[in-house]
Order: sequence, then C-alpha cells, then structure tokens
Amino acid sequence: MKFMLMMHAPRGDGEYGVNQWKPEELRAHIQFMKDLNKDLREAGELAGAEGLAPPGQARIVRALADGTPEVTDGPFAEAKEFLVGYWIVDVETAERAYAIAGKASTAPGPGGKPLGIRLEVRQVMSSPDFDCS
Amino acid sequence: MRQTEEHLLRELAPQVLGAVVRRYGDFGAAEDAVQEALTAAAFQWPESGVPENPRAWLIQVAARKLTDQIRSQSARRRRETKIVLEEENVVPPPDESPVEQDDSLVLLFMCCHPALTRPSAIALTLRAVGGLTTTEIASAFLVPESTMAQRISRAKQSIKSSAIGFVLPPPEQRSQSISAVLHVLYLIFNEGYQASSGNAHQRVDLSSEAIRLTRAAHQLMPENGEVSGLLALMILTDARRPARSGPNGEIVPLDEQDRSLWDKAAIVEGVQLVSDALARGAVGSYLLQAAIAAVHDEAARAEDTDWPQIVALYAVLMRLSDNPMVALNHAVAVAMADGVAKGLALLEPLARDPRIKDHYRLAAVRAHLLERSGKVSAALPYYEQAAEKTASTPERNYLLLKIASLRGN
Repeated sequence: MKFMLMMHAPRGDGEYGVNQWKPEELRAHIQFMKDLNKDLREAGELAGAEGLAPPGQARIVRALADGTPEVTDGPFAEAKEFLVGYWIVDVETAERAYAIAGKASTAPGPGGKPLGIRLEVRQVMSSPDFDCS
Repeated sequence: MRQTEEHLLRELAPQVLGAVVRRYGDFGAAEDAVQEALTAAAFQWPESGVPENPRAWLIQVAARKLTDQIRSQSARRRRETKIVLEEENVVPPPDESPVEQDDSLVLLFMCCHPALTRPSAIALTLRAVGGLTTTEIASAFLVPESTMAQRISRAKQSIKSSAIGFVLPPPEQRSQSISAVLHVLYLIFNEGYQASSGNAHQRVDLSSEAIRLTRAAHQLMPENGEVSGLLALMILTDARRPARSGPNGEIVPLDEQDRSLWDKAAIVEGVQLVSDALARGAVGSYLLQAAIAAVHDEAARAEDTDWPQIVALYAVLMRLSDNPMVALNHAVAVAMADGVAKGLALLEPLARDPRIKDHYRLAAVRAHLLERSGKVSAALPYYEQAAEKTASTPERNYLLLKIASLRGN
C-alpha cells in the first residue's frame, strides 16, 4: 500500500522559522532528513520524496470564466500551516506508514530538540482487489 | 532476440539458478552469475544458434562467472592483507546430474520464505523465479528502480543471514512452505488484476506472470489441491478480463458483463483443473474459491447462475476459515438464492464485527441489496459511505456514478 506523508509547518516569523536557527542546528536537521530518506530507500519503502520551495514563491493559479488562467500570490493568507514537503512510501500496513511519519516528526530543531512537526498521512488511491464474488 | 529464445531463457532461468545455488550455496552471488549467463545467452544465441543443451550451457557459463567472481574477490583479499596464498580451488565443476524439478521447487520455497516480508518475497520471486529485470518489476509496482533494487538485495541479505538453506523443507513444514508460496503468487496476481482494472499502464502483465509461475508450481506439485485451486482461480478470474472494465477503466460488475467476451478456452481449462482436484478429494480455500469462480463462469447469462451451489460452497469455505469477507460474500449469495431479506439479515453480525464493520464493501453490499429490494432512498446513504471509504479509484468512480444515476431516477 502506498501512503503520502505530507509534512506541514506552522507559518511563523520568516519562512520555516529556520532563519533564526544556528548553523549546527540546521545541519543536524538536514542530516536527519538525509538519513531518514537513506533508511527508507534501503528498506525498499521509498516511492518518492520531495521538499517544496518556501511558500513565498508559491502562486495560486485558477482558470477564470473565459478559461484564461489567473495567477495570484499564494498560498491562502488565512492558512495557519503550509506544506513543506512529502514522502510517498510503499509499505505493508498503515501502521508502518504512521511509524515513518512519527519518525519524521522527531526531526531536530533549535537546541537539537525534536520539532514534533505535524504530518498528514493519506493512503494513495489504488485499484480494487480481485474477489470471486 | 526472437520470442522463442526469450521464452526459453525465462523458462530456464529458475532451473539454472536453482542448480547453481544448490551446488555453490551463495544465493546472491549465484543470482548475479546466472543473470550474466542469461545476458551472454541473449547476445550469443541469436548469432551462434541455441546450444544443444541450453540448460547445461547456462549452468556452465554461470559457474564460470561465479568462479571468476570468487577468484577476483580472494585476489583482492590477498592484496589487501598482503598475504600471498596458494591458488585456491574455490569452485568445484558443476555436476551433470539434473535434479531440475527439485531445484526449481526449492528456489520457489526459498524466495517465498515466511521469514521475508511479503513485498520482498514478491520482488525476489519475480526476479529469481520469473526472470524479470529489476526495472520491469519496479515499473510494474510503480516504485523507483533504486527502491526495488534495495528490496531485492535486502531479500537476498535476509536469506543469507537467516538459516534459510537451499533444501526442500521437511515434510512437517511442507504445507506451511506451500501456503507461503501460494500467498506470494496470489499477491502477484492481485497486483496485476489491480493494474488491469485501473488506468495504470504497465510494461509487464503481472496477472499473466502470476499464472505462468503458478502453472510452473502446478507442474512441480501436480497432486496438491491448493496449487491446482489457485491456478484455476487465477485462470477463471483472468478469463473475464476483457469484460470486466469499460473503455475508461470503469468497473463493469459481474452481472452486467458481456459474457461473450469471456475467454472460453481459459474457462474450460480452469473448470477442468477444479473438477480434477475435487475428484482427488482435495478441499481447501483456493480450490473452493476457484469452484465458486467456475460456477459463475459456467453461467451463460447472469440469471442462469447456480446461486444455491455458490451458497453451499461459501458455507464450506466459512467452515474452513473465519474470514468476515467470506461471510460477506456468503450473504450476497444467500440474497441471490433465497431472497434479499435473508441476505440483509446475515449482514447484522458483520456490522458488529470490528474486522469488517467499517469496510467499504460491507456498506456497498448493503446498498446493493437495499437497491435490489427497491429501497433506493435507504440504499443511497450506504452507497455514499462506501464511496467515502474505498481506497480504490475505479471502485469510487463506480459508486459515485451509481449514486448519481439513482438520484436521477
């Protein structure tokens, strides 16, 4: 079963709030993410992972009534959290996907303390199993 | 390469691998060596012609590659330790006694060993027994090639580090080993079924691959009723493939399928397998599921289906295993044979069963049965529940279309 783990960060002062972090804190965080991805790849569970550029660069695109696209700054200003990146993991059970998300949530922040980042775990749609009924 | 040669190579690959592993032990190294031998054959045979004994040729070449590999490793070790040793005679020459049948069977038991995770076992079986490339397997499962390569190498590592030897399991463990093999083959078939139900385009048809592998297992264990049963179940299910989805991958339910599209030769073969196994006195869950599929496949029109027979088969299946999904299918069959009210009554205990009470299929079945009894407004909320709960796109589309058309009435 495939699951998408979507990592959400709170909108704070400055993008990601990371511009106040010390270099070693940032390095520890990056190392953690690299190690996590390496472990998932070696476990044969990683189907995809990407980090997203900061929301300051995001644009909202939608088609107007005449079909032409309208491009505005995004994401929606009222949103308290934004998507920073995602993993797609291919695992045997939902519990395993939750465990991976739980691990990702402990990524270290200031003072090396786990950030407790929120991740939304969603099953990727598939096709029906066969059944003889 | 011509198709016959490709076919021959894939046929021989597990036999050759089995033979090489039996003689030299190291599964990972043997697999690499056999892969090289197959590549060599793919290059040379179209030029020089297929050798007289292709199997022996492949074993010879693989053995030579293995010897080279071990020599260069020990040479490296010698350089690293700066100790010059006598030339080691590392690899004995391959013996010529063919025990090919056993080799292929042991290889299958090894790849499907219960100590491996199921995704690992599936990947390894397709690679080592099915002869597919890592790229093909990765694209069939829609994961990156590096992920699939890791899955396969981890599986080999698990075999190496655990006590899984290249021997036939002792008789007291045999049935457990066979059921592990059948489960892996079942999962491969299911993966192919999913892909052909959806819109996913694949290079490799995993359903056909699963049937090919199960056919080989059946040749190795012709007397085993469950092996026959699983093969028949796959063949009888696959026979309906041309009819079970529409042009956009939408689900066409069994009772609405154009049965003239069903593969009649496949149905004859599947029915024969079921009858033969039943005549030998075999009873098992795959065989019973195949028997049910056979009853469906033998009905020329949906209304000709022998539902009382299906009810009886599900009743036996329920005695074999406490599986709520079987109980749900039994309830559907009862509704068809004895009336919707009786079927709906059988859903009550399932609605309290924590293993299935929140499953979308329970809601979908309830909706169908209510609809059949003319209670459309009672059916709608259950169709909506089912559409919300399913994790399958074609299934959800089917349910959403159902809701829309019922609303339109």
